[in-house]
Amino acid sequence: MKIPEEELLAPGHRGCAGCGATIGVRLALKVLGRNTVAISSTGCLEVITTPYPETSWEIPWIHVGFENAGAVASGVERALKAQGKEDVNVVAFAGDGGTADIGMQALSGAMERGHNLIYICYDNEAYMNTGIQRSGATPYGASTTTSPHGKESFGENKPKKNVPMIMAAHGVPYVATASISYPEDFMQKVKKAAETEGPAYIHLNQPCTTGWGYDTSKTIDLGRLAVETGSWILYEIVEGEFKVTYRPMQRKPVSEYLNAQKRFKHLEDEEKAKIQEYVDQVCTELRI
Amino acid sequence: MVLKVMTANKAIAEAVRLARPQVIPVYPITPQTSISEYLAQFVADGDIDSEYIMVESEHTSMSAAIGASGAGVRVFTATSSQGLALMHEVLFAAAGLRTPIVMANANRALAAPLSIWNDHQDSISQRDTGWIQIYVEDGQEALDSVLRSYKISEDKDVLLPSMVCLDGFILTHTVEPVDIPSQEDVDSFLPKYVPEHLYLDPERPMSIGTLADPNYYMEARYHLELAMERSMDVIKKVNKEFSEIFGREYGSVEEYYCDDAEIILITMGSLCSTIRDVVDDLRKDGEKVGMLKIRTYRPFPKEDIHKAIKNAHKVAVLDKNITFGVGGALYTDLKSSISDVDIYGFIVGLGGRDITPTHLKDIVNKTKNPTQDITWIGLKEGV
Repeated sequence: MKIPEEELLAPGHRGCAGCGATIGVRLALKVLGRNTVAISSTGCLEVITTPYPETSWEIPWIHVGFENAGAVASGVERALKAQGKEDVNVVAFAGDGGTADIGMQALSGAMERGHNLIYICYDNEAYMNTGIQRSGATPYGASTTTSPHGKESFGENKPKKNVPMIMAAHGVPYVATASISYPEDFMQKVKKAAETEGPAYIHLNQPCTTGWGYDTSKTIDLGRLAVETGSWILYEIVEGEFKVTYRPMQRKPVSEYLNAQKRFKHLEDEEKAKIQEYVDQVCTELRI
Repeated sequence: MVLKVMTANKAIAEAVRLARPQVIPVYPITPQTSISEYLAQFVADGDIDSEYIMVESEHTSMSAAIGASGAGVRVFTATSSQGLALMHEVLFAAAGLRTPIVMANANRALAAPLSIWNDHQDSISQRDTGWIQIYVEDGQEALDSVLRSYKISEDKDVLLPSMVCLDGFILTHTVEPVDIPSQEDVDSFLPKYVPEHLYLDPERPMSIGTLADPNYYMEARYHLELAMERSMDVIKKVNKEFSEIFGREYGSVEEYYCDDAEIILITMGSLCSTIRDVVDDLRKDGEKVGMLKIRTYRPFPKEDIHKAIKNAHKVAVLDKNITFGVGGALYTDLKSSISDVDIYGFIVGLGGRDITPTHLKDIVNKTKNPTQDITWIGLKEGV
């Protein structure tokens, strides 16, 4: 796959060194090109890319609120349609909090109504913009500032909310998971999403150096470890047909992924074993 | 002129048809619902070429309206009460982003306790969001105000959203004769919206809704205030243009026997019609009573009000809302802007409580012989 050199998210933004969210946006925009309008929910991405009077966005971009990326995108899409600009890509970028939690209703509405738009959830598995508070997408065992580990707690005690499957249940014609560490896989999915008539949903796993606690040079490595250990599975659902798009040659033990991050450092072997057991169960079903 | 009989909700829908918004995101709520329904039918019948989005909440109808307006088209939406309250957060965004959205609000009380009936608490509670607010007295004014609002909102000296407030049930569901202007006249009054400040066009990329740190935020708010102040003159200019084409006058306030009145009743909305009758009655008995209708609540037409009431001895302000611990909102606004006339506040008609001519005459008497600053009218005893 030839990856365009042109960058539509300019450097100089305020993202942390090793920021995974901006890598995801850069890759997506390389596929979508300039004929695109982007919508952001409130969150890291919005804050770091648009400190007035500067902006990193080389394409038209709008942000209104935290919980309404799906709603704003709906309005943008119909306004473009009304102007005969149906060829313009409409893409929403929202974090996991803005998607799995506070933005779920607006997202559900937008998907159910069948707007022709792409919704990309950049999932760093907690509210990172405000300092690492748990979201519905925080995985089991992770320590966050609102699900901290302590004498009476091992951290987050609920499994991650499965948003892509919720989207699939809406009958969304194209649903996919992806990782910034597998750019070709992700970009192929963005391309398919853009070619889909109607809504498309991509759930993008995106390691966060600040929130996960690892060296800033290791973002891509962490994304790979998530997939290679079976902790994050790359798949797509095209018109209801489920297909795994990447199978690691040899699944690595989950502890390699957990031990590389500060947010899981506190876990006892017993909890790690539970996580391994859960991953094994899912992967066995999917023959990964 | 051909008059047709219809509810004010139908009149609003007719105005929307004539204004040709390109996107209409709506969510139904009593007593606004028939506006959503009429518009859906217009689209279904091909009477209007708009993208109609039946959304899943009012937060989304306003968010989608902002997105559509940001993308450069004329937008309409409508709501009421709980729905308007749910929009609260994004009403600030609509004004802050300078989207010239026009919205009708069917005035209804807010829960708890749950009430579907009329008062002004819903829109009054949104007065600080940066929206222009117009309160109407009848179906004709409802229709005309939607058309006027687009013209005011889209004026380059304003670029603020407008809310047309009509009393739930009293207007929304009452059938009255209404003149529906011709499409030709409306098109000449209200040409196609061509935004110069806000668009999402890949040919001319723009970032809308950025983060403003303390070095920039305050100026953004100040410019919004300046726009609201400038809208006063624009409202006058639009009134002139409107009356030249359609023959109806709409100033920010409307006087009824104010010139020689010793006591003036001030209020907004459909209650003005009842007050006109009471003023006529009392005038027959030789009482020098007048009425001042506030049509534009935001921007607050302080100078027009002062001019109208400066000769009065006393003023009674009738509020269908309550700012707890202070009094009605219109009363407190008047108190803060007028110092040379005695002003008394009356809380009336909350949650659809009837306001009868007897109540209004009681208000006149209580204003003549005041015992307190704020009086609740029509309360049941011992409840």
